[in-house]
Amino acid sequence: MQSAWTLLSFGPDGWGDDLAHGVLVTVSLALVTLPLGLLIGFLVALAKQSGEPSMRLAGNIYTTIFRGLPELLTLFLVFYGAQIGIQQVVRLVRPDAVVEINSFVAGMVALGVVFSSYASEVFLSAFRAIPRGQYEGGYSVGLSPRQTMRLVILPQLVRIALPGLSNLWLILLKDTALVSAVGLTDIVRQSSIAARVTKQAFMFFGVACLIYLALAIISSFGIGAIERWVGKRAAQR
Amino acid sequence: MSATDGTTVKVQRPAAPPRGWSRERIVGWVLVCLWIALGAGLATYLFSAWNPELFAKYAPSYLSGLRVTLVLVAISIVLGAILSVPICYARMSKNRVLNAISYGYVYFFRGTPLLAQTFLIYYGFGSFRPQLEAIGVWGFFREAWYCAVFAFALNTAAYQAEILRGAIESVGKGQWEAASALGLSKLQTLYKIILPQALIVALRPYGNEIILMIKGSAIVAIITVYDLMGETRRAFSRTFDFQTYLWAALLYLSLVETLRHLVDWIERRITRHLHR
Repeated sequence: MQSAWTLLSFGPDGWGDDLAHGVLVTVSLALVTLPLGLLIGFLVALAKQSGEPSMRLAGNIYTTIFRGLPELLTLFLVFYGAQIGIQQVVRLVRPDAVVEINSFVAGMVALGVVFSSYASEVFLSAFRAIPRGQYEGGYSVGLSPRQTMRLVILPQLVRIALPGLSNLWLILLKDTALVSAVGLTDIVRQSSIAARVTKQAFMFFGVACLIYLALAIISSFGIGAIERWVGKRAAQR
Repeated sequence: MSATDGTTVKVQRPAAPPRGWSRERIVGWVLVCLWIALGAGLATYLFSAWNPELFAKYAPSYLSGLRVTLVLVAISIVLGAILSVPICYARMSKNRVLNAISYGYVYFFRGTPLLAQTFLIYYGFGSFRPQLEAIGVWGFFREAWYCAVFAFALNTAAYQAEILRGAIESVGKGQWEAASALGLSKLQTLYKIILPQALIVALRPYGNEIILMIKGSAIVAIITVYDLMGETRRAFSRTFDFQTYLWAALLYLSLVETLRHLVDWIERRITRHLHR
């Protein structure tokens, strides 16, 4: 039986390099999902705060669906659903084609839509916290609606939405663990493999938990830095 | 308007301008039509793929899966609620050691994925089989079901402790002081004054926590507990019929939506005295 340090080392007997690869996959998946989710979430929030009832309805349906489904089920729906759907389309051209969806992309899309439905709520409440006078002020100094949005509203919106969004980032980081179920070699998957091979399940899953904790702590430092950077003071009333 | 002579002048308002088909409105309707088309497509797909044999075979197992999900969530929420009280107490106490322990507990369970915690307990505790057998609890940790309940209860206890703490701290300090001025004991104050106010604040987070647990409980399918998700995975792996997942999605969605509206209704009901 090898010692824990040998098993966790980066050498040929150790699983350190595999775990490091898992960390890389997890972090890159979360980092790639973040801009996608933020963008969709912002657009959905715009729809939900619009004066047009049909827009609001469309936005609300989106949030209701993707907040109501379990993340794991969303992931499977995207993973298998897209695979079957694309295969149907491709088979119109080439009848014997077999389509395989990249599990990284499926994870990105599934986590992205879930993230965006929560993010849209955060953006929406931030929109509501900005007084009407800001839009009117922008109008009165001759800015176009688009300029008002970019120069007046967005800087305040980011400041107000930041705490909510950083919460969502931490949730996203934890939700990436689900992609191990569709075969992506993230932290949980790598430690499962290591646990099965070495029979040291408690140690490897414990290490996996500690890695997630470390990622959360690092993120909270990063978030603190960003909050200082955008000047959290101004948002405190 | 000019009411100096006691009469009001009727002002004829101009009619509201007609709501034209602005670009926003067109896009909005296009999106709504897209959703309608999607819903109709889903309905026709489920209708055309309707297979009485499949339904007869898997509908009972879906229902039993739904029951497993609900029982799992109910047990872990209740156990978590019981467990959250001492954690919350420790978290709010001035004792450094208690505070540090409970902070560590809450930080660990909120900072790591539920999936990793469940694996840690289900697979990880297997490493200590001789020790667990020695104290006679191996039978408990051998079963995926008990492990799932254990992991979920520990997880939700951490979240619920924070909800409880936030709610209790949301009640003003003056309430404690006034109660102590009236000669109420600490415990009486907590039961009669603080908790009734705190639970109103806590209702919505509690509702959200239950919804999160229902959604989170889908992961027990990975450790071979046959809840709704587990039954779905089993049905899909046997039939390769995509509608199995769609049915599960509809079930989960209606479950969560019912719960959300129920919480809304309860909240409206118990805050009637706060609305004018």
